Amino acid sequence: MLSRYSRRRLVNSINLIASLLAMAFGLFWLGWILLTLISHGLGSINTAMFTQMTPPPGSSGGLLNAIFGSLMMTVLGTAIGTPIGILAGTYLAEFGSRGILAPATRFINDILLSAPSIVIGLFIYAIYVSKIGHFSGWAGALALALLVIPVVVRTTENMLRLVPNTLREAAVALGSPQWKVITLVTLRASKAGIMTGVLLAIARISGETAPLLFTSLNNQFWSADMNQPMANLPVVIFQFAMSPYEDWQKLAWAGALLITAAVLGLNILARIFFRQKSLS
Amino acid sequence: MSSKQTEISKLSIRDLSFYYGSYHALKSVNMEIPDKKVTAFIGPSGCGKSTLLRTFNRMYALYPNQHATGEILLDGKNILDAHQDLNMLRAKIGMVFQKPTPFPMSIFDNIAFGVKLYEKLNRREMEERVEWALRQAALWDEVKDVLNRSGNSLSGGQQQRLCIARGIAVKPEVLLLDEPCSALDPISTARIEELIFELKADYTILIVTHNMQQAARVSDYTAYMYLGELIEFGDTDTLFTTPRAKATEDYITGKFG
Repeated sequence: MLSRYSRRRLVNSINLIASLLAMAFGLFWLGWILLTLISHGLGSINTAMFTQMTPPPGSSGGLLNAIFGSLMMTVLGTAIGTPIGILAGTYLAEFGSRGILAPATRFINDILLSAPSIVIGLFIYAIYVSKIGHFSGWAGALALALLVIPVVVRTTENMLRLVPNTLREAAVALGSPQWKVITLVTLRASKAGIMTGVLLAIARISGETAPLLFTSLNNQFWSADMNQPMANLPVVIFQFAMSPYEDWQKLAWAGALLITAAVLGLNILARIFFRQKSLS
Repeated sequence: MSSKQTEISKLSIRDLSFYYGSYHALKSVNMEIPDKKVTAFIGPSGCGKSTLLRTFNRMYALYPNQHATGEILLDGKNILDAHQDLNMLRAKIGMVFQKPTPFPMSIFDNIAFGVKLYEKLNRREMEERVEWALRQAALWDEVKDVLNRSGNSLSGGQQQRLCIARGIAVKPEVLLLDEPCSALDPISTARIEELIFELKADYTILIVTHNMQQAARVSDYTAYMYLGELIEFGDTDTLFTTPRAKATEDYITGKFG
C-alpha cells in the first residue's frame, strides 16, 4: 500500500508524462509537415521564382504573378475586412449589453466564423462573379474580406471585454464622452490583442484556396488589373501539385513553402514588435 | 448634527434612494456634506457607502437597470435632474477608485487626457498643468524624469497618486475617493493620507473606507452606514468617542462588522 504522499507523486508523474506525450504528438506532425515542405520546396526556391511568370508545362518559370496576386488580394481583403470587423466587434463589446441586435450579430458571426470557406466563395460567385460575367481579383479580395471579418469581430470583442470596467469608469469619471473612452482608452488598452486577431486572419486567408477558385480563379500571365482573373499562390499550388508535370510540382512545393514562411515571418515580426511596445 | 448647521454645505442629500433593478440599496438618505472638509463613510461591506459615492457623479448612469430617486444638491442645484449634463458634472466632481486605473498611455498623457476634454492649452501651459497636478499629488519628484513612460510602469502606490493627480488636473470642486488605499501597502497609504490632508484646503473630499483608523485619522466628519441607511453622521471626534447610536458603537468598537 502506497502512502498518500508517494501516490500523489506517482499521479503527478503520470499526468506530467501524459501531457508531455500529447505535446510531442502535436509537435511531431507539425515538425513533419515543415520538414516535408522544406525538403521538397527549398531546392526549387531560386531567383527565377520571384522574377518569372508561371510557365506552361515543360518549360522553366517562376511564381511572380501568383505572388503578386496573392499579396494584392490578401492586402485588399484585410484592408476591407479589418475596419468592418473592428467596428462591429467594438459595437458588440461596448454597446452590446442591451437589445436584440448584438446577440443576433454575435450568433450570425459565429456561424460565419465556422462556415466552410467554399461557401463564401460560392456566395461571391453568385452575387458578384456571375453578375459581371467573369472572374476577377476584386471578387477574390471580397471573398477573403468575408473570411477576415468574423475572425476580427470575435477577437476585437473578446479583447475589449478583457479591459476591466474600472478603466472605463475611470475615463467616464473624468467627464469623457463615450467615443473618447472607446477610442483613447479601451481600444488602446486592447491594441495588442486586436492586432493578434488581425494577424490570425491574415494567416488564415493567405492559404485559402476554395474561395479563390470561384472568384479570382487563376491567370497564367502577368496581370495587375483587379478586374481580371488573377493568379494567386493557393490556386497555383492546387493546380500544379495535381498536375503530372514534375517542374510544376516542384513550383507547387516552393509556393507552399513560401506561404508558410511568410505567415511564420509575419507572426515572428509581430511578436518582436509588440514585445518592444509593451516594454517601452 | 447641530454642529453641521454652522458649516456651508457643498452637497445636500435629500431623501435619496437607490435601486439596483428592484433591489433597494439606499433608503432615504439625508445629509449635508460641508465644503472643503473631509467626510468619511464607514460601515460593513454591502452597507451602501460605495453606492452612495457613485451617485454623486452619477456613475450609475452607465448601467441601465440602476436608478436613484430624491435629490442631491450641488451648490443648490439638483444633479439628479434629467437635464444635468453628465460630463460637466463629472468635471466638477472627480473620482478615484479602489484599484489604480492608469490609462494605457504615458504618465504625461494620463494627466493631459482629462484636461484636454475641457481646456485648449498650448504645449507649455499643458506641461505646467501636468507638473502642478503631479506636485499636488506628491508624485512629481518621483516621475519628473520619466513622464514618457507608460503609466502602468509605476508601482501600485504611485499609480494611485497618478490617478489622484489626473483627477485634480481638471480642477474639480469635489473629490470622491472610493477605498483609495485598500490595495496599497502601509507606506503608500500613509503618503495618500498626508495628501488627503493637504488637498482639503482646496477641495471637498468624500472618502469611503473599510479602515476605521483611517477614517479617524483623515476625516473631519464621519458617516456610519448600515444596510443602506445612514445610521449616524457627525464630526469624527464625537462619532468615534461618544457615538449616539448603539449600532455605531458596536461597529467602531469591533463588536460586529
